[in-house]
Amino acid sequence: MNNKKMKRPPMGDGLKRLISMLIQAYPVLLPVTGACIILSSITNALPAIFQQKILADIGDYWESGNWAAASKVILPKIFILVGLYILSLISIVLYTQFMAYITQGFLSKMRLALFDKMQNLPIRYFDTNKHGDIMSRYTNDIDALRQLISQALPTLLQTIILIVSVFFIMLYYSIWLTLVVILGVFGIMFVSGRAGGGSAKYFIRQQKSLGKVEGFVQEMMNGQKVIKVFNHEDLCREDFDKINEELYNDGFRAHAYANILGPVIQNIGNILYVLLAVVGGVLLLAKVPNISLSALFAGAIGIVTIDILIPFLNMAKQFTGNVNQLAQQINSVAMAIAGAERIFSMIDEQPEVDDGYVTLVNAEYDKDGKITETEKHTGRWAWKHPHGDGTLTYSPLEGNVELLDVDFAYEEGKTVLHNISLTAKPGEKIAFVGATGAGKTTITNLLNRFYDIEDGKIRYDNININKIRKADLRQSLGLVLQETNLFTGTVMDNIRYGKLDATDEQCKTAAKLAGADDFITRLPDGYNTMLENNGENLSQGQRQLIAIARAAVADPPVMIMDEATSSIDTHTEQIVQRGMDKLMEGRTVFVIAHRLSTVKNSDVIMVLDHGRIIERGTHEQLIEQKGQYYKLYTGAFELE
Amino acid sequence: MIKRLLASVREYKRPSILSFAFIVGEVIIECLIPFITADLVNRLKGNIDMKSLLLTGTLLVFMAVVSLACGGLAGYASAKASSGFAKNLRHDVFDRVQSFSFENIDKFSSSSLVTRLTTDISNVQMAYMMAIRVAIRSPLMFIFSVFMAYVMGGALATAFVVVIPVLAVGLFIIAKKAMPAFHSVFKKYDKLNESVEENVRAMRVVKGFAREEYEKKKFEAAAEDIRKDFTRAERIVAVNHPLMQVCLYFNMVFVLFVGAKTIITSRGSTIDVGQMSAMLTYGFQILMSLMMLSMIYVMITISLESMRRISEVLQEKPSMSNPDAPVTEIENGSIDFKNVSFKYSKKSENYALSDVNLHIDSGMTVGILGGTGSSKSTLVQLIPRLYDTTEGSVMVGGKDVRSYDIAALRDSVAMVLQKNQLFSGTIKDNLRWGNESATDEELIEACQLAQADEFIRLFPEGYDTYIEQGGTNVSGGQKQRLCIARALLKKPQILILDDSTSAVDTKTDALIRKGFREFIPETTKLIIAQRIASVQDADMIIILDNGRIIASGNHDELLATSPIYREIYEEQTNGRAENE
Repeated sequence: MNNKKMKRPPMGDGLKRLISMLIQAYPVLLPVTGACIILSSITNALPAIFQQKILADIGDYWESGNWAAASKVILPKIFILVGLYILSLISIVLYTQFMAYITQGFLSKMRLALFDKMQNLPIRYFDTNKHGDIMSRYTNDIDALRQLISQALPTLLQTIILIVSVFFIMLYYSIWLTLVVILGVFGIMFVSGRAGGGSAKYFIRQQKSLGKVEGFVQEMMNGQKVIKVFNHEDLCREDFDKINEELYNDGFRAHAYANILGPVIQNIGNILYVLLAVVGGVLLLAKVPNISLSALFAGAIGIVTIDILIPFLNMAKQFTGNVNQLAQQINSVAMAIAGAERIFSMIDEQPEVDDGYVTLVNAEYDKDGKITETEKHTGRWAWKHPHGDGTLTYSPLEGNVELLDVDFAYEEGKTVLHNISLTAKPGEKIAFVGATGAGKTTITNLLNRFYDIEDGKIRYDNININKIRKADLRQSLGLVLQETNLFTGTVMDNIRYGKLDATDEQCKTAAKLAGADDFITRLPDGYNTMLENNGENLSQGQRQLIAIARAAVADPPVMIMDEATSSIDTHTEQIVQRGMDKLMEGRTVFVIAHRLSTVKNSDVIMVLDHGRIIERGTHEQLIEQKGQYYKLYTGAFELE
Repeated sequence: MIKRLLASVREYKRPSILSFAFIVGEVIIECLIPFITADLVNRLKGNIDMKSLLLTGTLLVFMAVVSLACGGLAGYASAKASSGFAKNLRHDVFDRVQSFSFENIDKFSSSSLVTRLTTDISNVQMAYMMAIRVAIRSPLMFIFSVFMAYVMGGALATAFVVVIPVLAVGLFIIAKKAMPAFHSVFKKYDKLNESVEENVRAMRVVKGFAREEYEKKKFEAAAEDIRKDFTRAERIVAVNHPLMQVCLYFNMVFVLFVGAKTIITSRGSTIDVGQMSAMLTYGFQILMSLMMLSMIYVMITISLESMRRISEVLQEKPSMSNPDAPVTEIENGSIDFKNVSFKYSKKSENYALSDVNLHIDSGMTVGILGGTGSSKSTLVQLIPRLYDTTEGSVMVGGKDVRSYDIAALRDSVAMVLQKNQLFSGTIKDNLRWGNESATDEELIEACQLAQADEFIRLFPEGYDTYIEQGGTNVSGGQKQRLCIARALLKKPQILILDDSTSAVDTKTDALIRKGFREFIPETTKLIIAQRIASVQDADMIIILDNGRIIASGNHDELLATSPIYREIYEEQTNGRAENE
């Protein structure tokens, strides 16, 4: 996945994309803000002219000592100055407030874009990437953008305007001297290209290292109990120090390059100044004809004079000062580009493909069995097939599942399931047993298309599951997993997750069916007890019970229970089983369990071994066969 | 608080100070350069003497080179100092977190700790770098400029100084308003990140229930909420810039007007135009340096919340610590519970364990049964001191667990947790958690005992197979057996299996227990299980209900005396008998 992306796009690409996204996000406000920024830089630059004029006026009048006469000339200029200042203030207030709004709004949009994308990524992405590293895009990388948008971009705009205008003013004075300045600019560009490139390279590495640190810490926080039980704190610290050192190295280099850039540019500016003075001196002495825009307009070419040279020198100083200001922002720009690249790499990740077009709809069945689609929640469902010719047909949702010669590999070439064929009809309970790692969980991953099969076919109510829209397919398959994950919220919220419009009563009924009601009512706040951090205040078994209730409330035609009761005591398990049997009457159930008591009353038991079904039949038939199942079932006794 | 954090600068004090020194050098030259350039201009104005022009030029170039060297070195040193400071800070925080008990960790929530270790420290790092680069530069420039303004403009320069208190009050108000805003933003930010993390972890559930859109909506609402708060906080801070400008403009107008009047009415006897012009330049510099100062002030205001969050972690006292004069030798594997009661949080009303009294001889095998939520896991977690009792005491080898060196205690108590956790790394790496210096033979031996050797060998890379984070590429039962092997490598005196064979088939389960009996008879074994078959042959079986021991004895005794045990036994065996 990463290998293809290794060819790094040129530095500017991330920035370009970011800016075009900004414009798209704020097509009106952004130009308005831009206008305010431009206005503020103009109103900031103009006063200097009036100051000079006022000073000149003072020069004209001071010997006279006549304030009354002088004030007639000076006061209007001061009023203009005040006017400019007020204009400037307004534009500054506006643009800083707008920028605060835009920055946070945009960051929020980026977060949403990331999250939206994340929801559409295939399970494989989460199985193969460190969770902390995924998290780091939301924290470190998004944060890196903040400085860029709120500070660097406005500065960029301001200084570009200043630089361009100063450049033209310089041309106005003298083209010869401007050429010297251009020479200096090339020098500055060369240096900043070198240092900026180095800085950018290390900033990208810094963001990566940050992701690594977050990944590591996340993993360690989750495994804290294991760490303590094994006294592994010190080794953990050592490992942490190693990646912390990496981060230090990258961060140090990134900032060092960026920090050095400022003084370098500034002093190139100083040297340029000297160079200008010397060249100017030579031109002055040699009485070289001066070519300038003003001269060209006037049509008369004069010579380089001191009146040209001195303002020009001032201009040059301001020019390099502005360039320097730009250089100050290099840290945040480089860091933001690095962060943006990581964000974009996740946004550009191949999403889970869904070519399904068969959908699940609420349906009404008339007495002839004819199906009509309805908006109402009827409690009955049907598959809706659109056809190429624009017609629609409906077929009932029943819960027939068929696997035909299914092969599957997580990684190419390493097939873990071979030739799996089976049929499950509504009302049947199909069990998978077999040694750990035989491929039981993998089969369930295929049914709801967390992963796609390599070869063969899976049909659901006689529809190839590839044709069913994934969301609809998954909604019709109740899932209780080995690993229980609950969400922050009340117990009730967690149960309702299975069916968002379920009433409190329905949730409670589901909890009763799942045998969870008993312990829930004994919790301090009953169904309103808040669960946090994956239900850390509940025992493993209690969490499994809630997960079962969550699947039960969805009331699906097909249910998959993968070791769903492994941490529940056998007595409670029997209660759960009775409830589930009642719920799933006439429906299809897939059960995976090691506990043979869980699977015993299944209609068909499949014994899996190394990805193949090696035995199948009812409990009695398999015991009769005296094969692998018999061994598994009786093994414990033989040993004793 | 800031002092506490600065303690982490340590070996990076030198680059920090060096950076200061270089910046002083840079500033001095920067202040001198205008004089030389003025001289240069004067030379140009007068009769141009190429020789002296070149001389001054050379001097200027030389100064530029020195300034460049100073500036470059300062940049280098400050990058080193701030990155190093952040490194040490991360080290210290991680160190502290490792010494936390679960009580401490629960207080912060683990995802908040992650944010503190990354985002917050990055904020502080930036603030520190800004501080050491600008904090010395701006005041120096400020002092120099004020001095020069007075030299040039005399009393008029006071105008520049007067605005300082106005600015200070303004900044103070901004900070006062912004701080609580940022405080609440960061709190919400934590929550937002928690929910993202929850989603990453529970992606199978989200997708399984096709709840992608629902989660998006939920996240959208939370993100919008944060956006509003963040915007509000940033807008408060954004007032800083126009405030500075108001002061600057006021000054300019004031000085121009008063200056003009003074010069003209006094006919230039107090100051002249040139001086005033220079003074304006210095006034501009004064305000620029104040501007820089206020910028770091704002940055520090924002990072203050980060600092507070970091120092909160650093200041948190681990609720569990080694006793003075800890015992490091654990005599044997006997276990006693004396009137033990326990609740997870002091505030909670419900006791998870009440009045537990129990004696287990060294070398015994003890089975623990009980319904879902009957506190079986809680009971055994008290033995290696993952939690401390609320009342009563737990003893190992005849001594209170609190008198032992924690590391020594946990070394001799191996526990396989219900929620098994493998770490990214090879199988070997994971096993060596149990014993770092274990030889390959020892690893294999432990794996054989845990019935893991067979399946490991079937992996193409055998013991060098890489385990993904959270062990997603091994099945539940395989994970459990690896965890058992890892615990066995510790050669513990007490071995606790907390429902650790639930995903292992019965035959393998029996083989594992057989191995325990034959190869580690000396070790005290506590086995929490759901299947009676798993504990039937134990020396003692304890039945827990709602945090109390309601029956104990061996299999036969319990069958005779405990109706509950009999019921469970019959439930579990009945079906089987019928079918045979």
